[in-house]
Amino acid sequence: MNLKLKKLIDKELKKYPSDKKQSAVIAALAIMQNERGWLSKEDISEVALYLDMPEIAVLEVATFYNMFDLKSVGKYKLSICTNISCMLRDADHIVNHLKEKLQIDFNEVTKDGKFCLKESECMGACGGAPLLTVNNQKMHENLNIDKVDQLLKELK
Amino acid sequence: MNDVIDKNIQLENNNKQLFNICLRTSSLKNPGSIKTYQSIGGYEQIKRILKNKIDPKQLIDEIKISGLRGRGGAGFPTGVKWSFMPRDYDGTKYIVCNSDEGEPGTFKDRDIIRYNPHQLIEGMIIGAYIMNAQVGFNYIHGEIWEDYVSFEKAIEDARKAGFLGNNILGSGFDFELHAVHGYGAYICGEETALIESIEGKKGQPRYKPPFPATYGIYGKPTNVNNTETYASIPWIIEHGGQEFMSHGVPNSGGTKIFSVSGHVENPGNYEIQLGMPFRQLLAEAGGVWKNRQLKAVIPGGPSTPVVPANIMMDATLDYDGLAQIGSSVGAGSMIVMDDSTCMVQALRRLSYFFYEESCGQCTPCREGTGWVYRIIDRIFKGQATLADLDLLTDVSKKISGRTICALGDAAATPVLSFIKHFRSEFENFIKHGKSLN
Repeated sequence: MNLKLKKLIDKELKKYPSDKKQSAVIAALAIMQNERGWLSKEDISEVALYLDMPEIAVLEVATFYNMFDLKSVGKYKLSICTNISCMLRDADHIVNHLKEKLQIDFNEVTKDGKFCLKESECMGACGGAPLLTVNNQKMHENLNIDKVDQLLKELK
Repeated sequence: MNDVIDKNIQLENNNKQLFNICLRTSSLKNPGSIKTYQSIGGYEQIKRILKNKIDPKQLIDEIKISGLRGRGGAGFPTGVKWSFMPRDYDGTKYIVCNSDEGEPGTFKDRDIIRYNPHQLIEGMIIGAYIMNAQVGFNYIHGEIWEDYVSFEKAIEDARKAGFLGNNILGSGFDFELHAVHGYGAYICGEETALIESIEGKKGQPRYKPPFPATYGIYGKPTNVNNTETYASIPWIIEHGGQEFMSHGVPNSGGTKIFSVSGHVENPGNYEIQLGMPFRQLLAEAGGVWKNRQLKAVIPGGPSTPVVPANIMMDATLDYDGLAQIGSSVGAGSMIVMDDSTCMVQALRRLSYFFYEESCGQCTPCREGTGWVYRIIDRIFKGQATLADLDLLTDVSKKISGRTICALGDAAATPVLSFIKHFRSEFENFIKHGKSLN
């Protein structure tokens, strides 16, 4: 683990009592995933070592929370919500367009390793339905076909 | 006599308007900044409380008078909940703001975090003072990452201005607040699952009792309240409980944000005076989109029963008004469906959600939500028989009331209410193998 990662995790650790390092595990895994794209077994081990946790306890968290990826998701993970408020505003139409354009199904990565498509549960932003996030951190709302095409172009 | 009373209530309800308390900065320039919040009198209440060392009991009384009820869905009276915290407990006590909104159709806490974070922070500081807590967390839904980042900055600004940290404004009162985030688990909105998550574990709910007020984070006394609940506090302290109460109706004090999504022209958050007629809110949201007719409404999120249009159109939006028509305020997550909506498809998606989000701890929920989804999927694919409808009802009833937390009940609610009100649509779908809509 490089110094930059350690610094970011240390900032999270400050939020909790010094004997409760485990509390920072979700944040630490998110930081790790953001840096490395997805969480490998080695990444899990490194987090476990840094937080003095059993590896299995870290893995348990990594497999429980949906935004963690334990397999490669390409350069850009597009997580699109298909829950009811998005469904009512034609999210399925956007999904079909993305699948056709990228030639992949959910949970697959394009041949060039650039995009992965994930079906997501409610993101708590239904006023902007339909919507998707890129790599868990950037949300795009009120989607239509033109906006999606534009977004795909911008993601180099 | 009753008719007269009903008429009076109706007249009073017809006067209910949109009224911003939690969203009161949203029309201002740079709504989320500390400067903007202070320009409308923000942080003056905590200053006054600390300066005059106001008795916490007096503040709790004011909150009880306000009629404020937990805005996350349970609707428990906030003043009563706060009085459960053992003020004199010798050791760290925690308060937690639950901003983990992931119930489909819910997006109000996000706008408070984006547009009025300092009112939430001041509400939490006042809460900490009242409950004598030293540490607070705001647990934010992982999917709204940009808003989590902006809230971290808001905390930093509040700290720089002297409202957080040790010896706040020279009063001797210490309170530290941190933003933490989830990472994609609906169940963490359940308060004990949220506590487990803060401890760095899977979000699996705990048995209650013990309640968090006696055994919360790290086994310490902990209060958990929703974002909107906390954000209402500074206004209540400033204007008085009675004034807040008067914006609503008896038993439903104050304002409440309804997040309106689905088939309306203008989806978004609308903070209403409780008791407002549904018809009026629908008009505020621009009406049903594309000039279509209303079919049904889920008034407070999928864990509240769906209501057919004809009943909904005469309903008022308050705790008693929605209870009268067999539904509930929930988190105010109003999902509007027009007459083109296939109820089988809608229920199929909701059932998949509960199946996906069940934490797996209790067998009736873990297995039952899977059964429910698979049966509805069978109907949707034209492979079901009429007997499957009874099976669906039976499985749902056997989940309800047999689990540690309310997710089991929440999963059963849409199934039972969709079939109750739209049974013929389900039967037609089964007979013809497709939607007749």
